[in-house]
Formats: sequence, structure tokens, C-alpha cells
Amino acid sequence: MTAAPPTTNVRLCALTDLVPERGSVALVDGTQVALVRTHDDDVHAISNLDPYSGAQVIARGLVGTRGGRPTIISPMFKQVFDLRTGECLDPVGREPVSLRTWPAAVVDGQVVLEATGDDGVAPSPVGGP
Amino acid sequence: MPEDTAPTASPQHLVIVGGGMVARRLVDALRERDGQGRWAITLIGEEPRAPYDRVALTSYFAGRDPEDLALGGQDLWDDPLVTLLRGVRVESIDRTMRRVTTSTGASLDYDALVLATGSFAAVPPVPGNDLRGAFVYRTIDDVADLRAYVESRREELDRPVSGAVVGGGLLGLEAAGALRALDVDTTVVEFAPRLMPLQVDEGGGEGLARLIEGLGVTVRTSTATSTVMGERGAVCGMSFSEGPDLDVDVVIFAVGVRPRDELARQAGLEIGERGGVVVDDACATEDPAIWAIGEVANIGGRCLGLVAPGYTMAEIVADRLLGGGGTFPGADLSTKLKLLGVDVASFGDAFAQEPGGLEVVVSDPVAGVYKKLVMSDDARTLRGGILVGDASAYAALRPMVGRELGGDPAAYLLPEGSAPAPTGDLPEETTVCSCNNVTAGRIRGSVSEEGCTDLAGVKACTRAGTSCGSCLPLVKKIVAAELTKSGVEVSTALCEHFGLSRAELFDVVRVQGLTTFSEIIERHGTGRGCDICKPVIGSILASLGTGHILEGERAALQDTNDFVMANLQKDGSYSVVPRIPGGEVTPEGLIAIGQVAKDFGLYTKITGGQRVDLFGARIDQLPSIWARLVDAGFESGHAYGKSLRTVKSCVGSTWCRFGVQDSVGLAIDLELRYRGLRSPHKIKLGVSGCARECAEARSKDVGVIATDNGWNVYVGGNGGFTPRHARLLAEDLDTETLVRTVDRFLMYYVRTADRLQRTAPWIEDHEGGLDVIRAVVLEDSLGIADDLDAAMATHVGTYRDEWAETLADPDKLARFASFVNAPDVVDDSLAYVGERGQARPATPEERSSGSVIIAGTTLEVRS
Repeated sequence: MTAAPPTTNVRLCALTDLVPERGSVALVDGTQVALVRTHDDDVHAISNLDPYSGAQVIARGLVGTRGGRPTIISPMFKQVFDLRTGECLDPVGREPVSLRTWPAAVVDGQVVLEATGDDGVAPSPVGGP
Repeated sequence: MPEDTAPTASPQHLVIVGGGMVARRLVDALRERDGQGRWAITLIGEEPRAPYDRVALTSYFAGRDPEDLALGGQDLWDDPLVTLLRGVRVESIDRTMRRVTTSTGASLDYDALVLATGSFAAVPPVPGNDLRGAFVYRTIDDVADLRAYVESRREELDRPVSGAVVGGGLLGLEAAGALRALDVDTTVVEFAPRLMPLQVDEGGGEGLARLIEGLGVTVRTSTATSTVMGERGAVCGMSFSEGPDLDVDVVIFAVGVRPRDELARQAGLEIGERGGVVVDDACATEDPAIWAIGEVANIGGRCLGLVAPGYTMAEIVADRLLGGGGTFPGADLSTKLKLLGVDVASFGDAFAQEPGGLEVVVSDPVAGVYKKLVMSDDARTLRGGILVGDASAYAALRPMVGRELGGDPAAYLLPEGSAPAPTGDLPEETTVCSCNNVTAGRIRGSVSEEGCTDLAGVKACTRAGTSCGSCLPLVKKIVAAELTKSGVEVSTALCEHFGLSRAELFDVVRVQGLTTFSEIIERHGTGRGCDICKPVIGSILASLGTGHILEGERAALQDTNDFVMANLQKDGSYSVVPRIPGGEVTPEGLIAIGQVAKDFGLYTKITGGQRVDLFGARIDQLPSIWARLVDAGFESGHAYGKSLRTVKSCVGSTWCRFGVQDSVGLAIDLELRYRGLRSPHKIKLGVSGCARECAEARSKDVGVIATDNGWNVYVGGNGGFTPRHARLLAEDLDTETLVRTVDRFLMYYVRTADRLQRTAPWIEDHEGGLDVIRAVVLEDSLGIADDLDAAMATHVGTYRDEWAETLADPDKLARFASFVNAPDVVDDSLAYVGERGQARPATPEERSSGSVIIAGTTLEVRS
């Protein structure tokens, strides 16, 4: 790695727009990104598309922990995903499929997606502040 | 047909005379072991029904159907090698021809004949014993006649009916229980100086009399009945050798049973001195083709009036018929009964008749408890005991008879919980279930070798605990110990975050008054919860009436259905179900629903629960849909919640020619009463206006069926994955009593069931089953009825429509936006096609082929 890719931080919403321990959905360049605010005010960004049902529903799942790892559970067929890595921790009898994640942070009370410009989610939010 | 069940040659013919519990066990045992079909069986019973559970006869008065007394399933009678002749008597036996003749004039040849004719109830030779109103207590017909007589007499006389039971033994107290259940003012008359003279000692008899008098039954001991007095052919009173006369309208004779040995006498078989067909320890009579089992058999010089030794005899004969060498090991005369709600148990050498016995007695007249253990002279080995008032130690103690108790015997007599009861350390050969003769070793083997992993599996595999059920607590302990030994953790923990079960969690939350998830998990759990514990705690808090389900931290506990108060569908859209109480809806209401569906392009369907389901709503459309519905007078139907769904009703007496009560009115009242009640699983109710049952109430968690006298209430029915028929909880209730009964039943269920446990398995797993739940609900046996009533009153009093409250709260409405950073953009991932004039989700093929008709926002669909 010779140089860090150019990053443009995309501001999506205020932290207070997110309900603790619940997901919301942000639309980033046509892609639905689930934003999850955990109890410690950490924010995670993970794909909203549930690979098992094909529906855009991940953000509506229950948030919790499994063996200490922060998780979200698909509300459709209850697969469990690690919020930090997108890894499928419990495929409920199916082949495990991981979800894409994005680095997210809270800057000055705003939720920021650290889009890297080369990963398919361009830094051009449809709406937002 | 598998090879091993194919008949080898034409089978021999076994005829069983008698259709009781023991006869059935013989058929069962023989069919189970006779894989080669060596025996074809004909069972001839004179009662008009298949063998039933005579031991549980009294429960018929506590509201059970006769059909609930059926033993086992119909499968046995469908077996091609088994013929059941009902309502038929055997008139004679021709031993030379090996042939019996029946009351229908038929002759049946036999290769083997088993007499299982049981006993008849003895009637003492007192004058007046044949008056109308004098009964015995032996068959379903006896108890049905008794009930009919009491009811018609009460109407005729237009006053409370009083009755007496002659005989204060097991059967007499059973009969007294039946009279009390019929609301009859009851006196028990016993010749001996104490009740249950054959089972309990003087102290136990006194304790028992005190308890039973406390239940409103008068006890007269040391009393001989001299006459039953009559008036116009019906019983009106009794006189005694000593003491004042008694005015009574009904008398039950329960002085004992006599073996029905007349067929055997007539066939010239040897009869015992005090009756009964004499058999050896293989249950064989002097005629090599004839056997006798059960109460008619005189074995070791006596007839035994208990079912357990009868079952053992049936097993022995089955074994012998297949060439085995089984012998009768001697009878276990232990008994445990719940008489009039009073626990009584007697086991082993209860009267300390063996020399050198030491008695350890705990007697607490205030608590109504008398307990005695008979120990060997060194106070180490248990010989027997008597438990009155609290027989919880019976299951653990009875198998210990003849063994070292290990510890202070008195410790076993203290109230449950204060002493360690013997558990899994029983020797292998110890009989745990005496009804089915199952040993501790057999139970352990079913776990360690046959792979049973739970109590239900062990019951199916070994039959332990499937008859009287008194050994179930012990079986459960042995199974748990064995599972733990084989490395299987037996845990009631809710999930990795909580070590408590749902019921325990409910209690701590209630008692400690906790209202937030953070507090609860901090005090009682670890981590931050999951999809199992969060909704459970959400439900517990909602059941306890702590306010709106989306208020504050509680929002994070709800799964998506509860969070958006609608039902998630396969494509990520939701369905909306407004409440239509009792299924009654005005034309204006229907039009309003129809108009909403039309305006939002929703697919519309009538549900199974008499409501209208509107499909295909986007999450961001839910508030505007509900604003319209709330305006039109509708409220949330809670179709999304683990909560009350619908109360289905038929048309009832208002319109129906056959309806005897207003089922619609009651259904509406019940639905409005329990709407929003959060529970471990969804619950459904039904109300039928007559026995035609058009509301299919018996397939509901609570089913109410109108009678001429009020309402019958059934519980524990459901559809779903394992459909169940509801069982009768109580009969002929007035509306107020019915509502109170349903209140308590539901609230008790809400408090104590496991997560996602429906009412049927909850009842099944509840210790003592439906009978104990009935006692809790109807007789307040746990003393919690006031608490349950108050909890339900709080629920009813504080109910508010979740959707109306949500619409009035901008913070909550904000959560329905499709995108947090673009609230006005519509989710275009949804795609629909038209079918039969309405929209439905597009299949993946339709999406990829581009034949999608509607995407994103809604369009009007017309075919």
C-alpha cells in the first residue's frame, strides 16, 4: 500500500436521529445501508439487503450481542450477523453469507460514512443534510 | 407389512372377558410383544364404551368429558388382530368345547380365555338400599346417572340437595368429592373409627377428617347405617345405630367391591373363600386354557383392588401366552390420591406391622399436615409411610422402601424445598413407575442408550408416568440427572444472556418492579441481549402494563412486527389488520377498510380469524394508512404481536335458529377485554352459541360454548404446527364467572409459560396438568387468584390503542421514514404484478425478465 485511497466522508444524519439498539436505513448512491446505533453510541454500517430473502430488511432486525460480539438478526429468517465485520455467525441451517460493511463514525454528533470512493458506494448521498 | 409382523400361521384366538383397564393393558402388552401375530384377540366388555380410566372417574365431575377418560388412542382397536365387542356380556363358558356364549347369542371358540371381569360395587343389606336416589360408584354410567339425578332433584325440590356417602375409604372419599363437585351438601359415614382405615393410621385419619371437614364435608366415624328412609319411592333420609337421623336426598354406597366371579363359579373353577377366581403366581387357573387377572383374580389368597397389581398380572399373562415364564412378584399396595383436593398417600409397611419398626411423625394440625415414616429399628432403612395433606414427598420416598434413606428421616417430612429429596441415586432395579412397572435403570437406559433427550421422549419410550402420573416429578429428575451425565446440559436458561427461565424472569421483573431492559440485564443477565431475550422482556413489560411498547428503551426490544405494529411479509412490505371484535363490522366500517385498500393499492384478503388483512404496505405508508383507519373508528388488531389475536364467533342466539346464548355479544366483550394482552405466544379465543360449534371454539386457546345453563369453557386448543383440541375446564358458568375464569387462566398462563409455549404444551408440562390448573383457576389453590384478578383489571383499565398513541407522537412517527437521510424517497426495491385483479409480490423470475408491473410507489391495479 503506497498511498491511502482518497476518502470523502459522507454525512448521513445526526446521531440522535438513530434509535439506540435499532437500525435505520440510509440511501447512499442508490445503495441501502443499514445504520445501527448500539447502546454505547457506536454506529455500524452494514448492507440492508438480506441475502437469504432478497428483501431490504436487515436494518429492521433486533440488535444485541452474541458471545460479546455486537450483532444484528435478520427479521426475515433470523440469520445472525456480526455488526463490525458482516460475518454470518448463525446461518440457521443455510450456507453462511457475509454482509458488506462500511466504516462509520460519529463526528461532531453527525453520523459519517467513510466512503473510500473505490468500493461501489460513491460519496454522493441522495438526500441528507 | 414388515416381515416380522406378518402372521406365521393362522393365529390362535384369545378371548378376554371384561373391558376394564386391566383388560386393555393385556391387549396392549400382547400386541406390543407379539410381533409374529401368534394371537388374535377378542375383548368382550359389557359397558357401551372402550376401556376407560376408572381411577380418574371423579374428574368427570370436575368438568371433564367422558372421552377424556379414554385410555390411549384408537390405534389399538384398529389393529386387525384385535376385535372389541362393546355392550356385550359373556353368559357362559363351555370349558370342554373351549367356547363362550354371549348375550347376543353368538358363540366364540377360544384357545385361551382370560377373565378380567373386575368387581362390582357392594351394597350393604340395609333396608331402603334400592330406593330411587341410592347409587353405587363404579362406572361412567353410575356417575352420569348420579349427576342427572342430583340435577333433576334440585330442580324438583327447588332447594340445595344434600347427600351422604356410606363408606369412608378411598372410594367413599372419591364419591364425596363427586357430590361436592355437584354442589351437594355432603356427609361421609364410616363404620370404622377413622377415615381410610385400610391406608392410614389414627393420626392420619384424624388429620384427614380435619382437612375434609374444612372443605365442607361432614364426617361421622364409628357409625353404622341401619336404614335408608324413603318417601314416594325416593331417598329422603337415613337412620343410624347411634346418633341422630340425617335428611338426605341421595345416598352413595361405597363400602367396597366384590369380585365378579359368577362366570367362573358357573364354569366350575375354584373360587376363593371370600370370592375371586383362584390363580397361581402365573395368573393361571386350574384349567390350563383359562387365566384370571385384575380384581377378579384371587392371587396369594386375596383379591387386590388396585390397578397397578392388575397391570402387572396383565403383563404376566401376555408373557406367558408367548411362552415366557413371568410370575407375580407380590403387590405394591401403595396409593397416592388427591381426594377432594387433599393429598393422601400410603406406602410400604404403613402400619409398622413388621417387628421393630420406628415411627417418625410430623403432625401439624394448623397446616393440616400429618406425615409418618416407618423406619427399620436402626432408623436407617425406610419401610413405609403415610402422608396426609402434603404428599409431595411420595414420588421420591416410595421407591426408597427397603433401602437406606441416607440422612435424617425427619428431613424428608419437612415442607418441600427445605430438604434435599432423593434424586438420581436410586438403584437401577428400583421401580419408579409402579403403574407400568418401569425401573430407574430402564429410564436411564432410555436416555443413555436409546437417545431420548427429554421427558416426553422418555414417556413415549418407557411408558413411565403415563398412567397415574404420580411418579413424573421423580422421572423428570432422573432424566435430567442422566442427561447431565451424558454431557447434555439441561438448562432452563432463556438464552446466553439470561440464566433464568421466562417464568422466573417474569417473577423477578414483577416483584422487583423493574421497567427497563438495561436494569433487568444489568441485574439478572450479561451482554446486551438478542432476538430471544429482548422480545421476551418486551412482552413481560407489556404484560405488566408499563406503557406503550415503543416508549423509550422498549422500542429496541420489539421485533420488526411489534416495532412497526404490522406484519412483515416476504418482500419486506407489511400487512395491516384492523381489529374487528367478534367479527362484527358495520357496512360503513367495511367500506372504510375497502377505501383504504383501494387508495393504497393493497391486496385484500379475509383472514382465518374473521378480519380483513391488507397486504403490500410500505413501512413509510403505515402511519397514513393507520391515520385513515383510526379515523374510521378502527384500532390495532395486534395481528403482529404475541398477544390476543381474535375472538371468533358464530351468529349466536340473535339470528341463529339453534343458538342458545348471545355468542357475538360475549365474543365482543372478551375481545375488547383481552385486546393488547401480551403473552408468551399468540392466543386466540372462540365463542359458539350452541353445541353445533360453528365458531370452532375447541380449536382455540380458550373456547367458550353456550349451553342451556350458561357457558362451558375449554382450554388448550390451537391450530398451528401441532393442532390440539381444547379440553373442558369448567361447565355451565354464568357470564361473570366465565369472565373471571378466563381472566385467571390467561393471566396464569402469561406469567408462567415458557417463551413461545402455546397453551396446550403449557398445560401438558404444568405439574399435575389441567387438574392442577383448574384448581388454581377455580378454587384458588395457590392463593394467587386475587393477584391474577388485579393484574387483569390493570390490563383492562389501562389499555390504549397503540396505533392511536403512535400517530399522536411525532418522535415515534419519525421511525417510519423509509430512509433516515432521505425521508421522502420511496423504497424502489418492492415490485408487484397483478393477479386476479390485485397486486402480489413479483417472483425473482418476473423481476429479472422485466415483467414487473408495479415498482416502488403504488399504482391502481385492475385486471
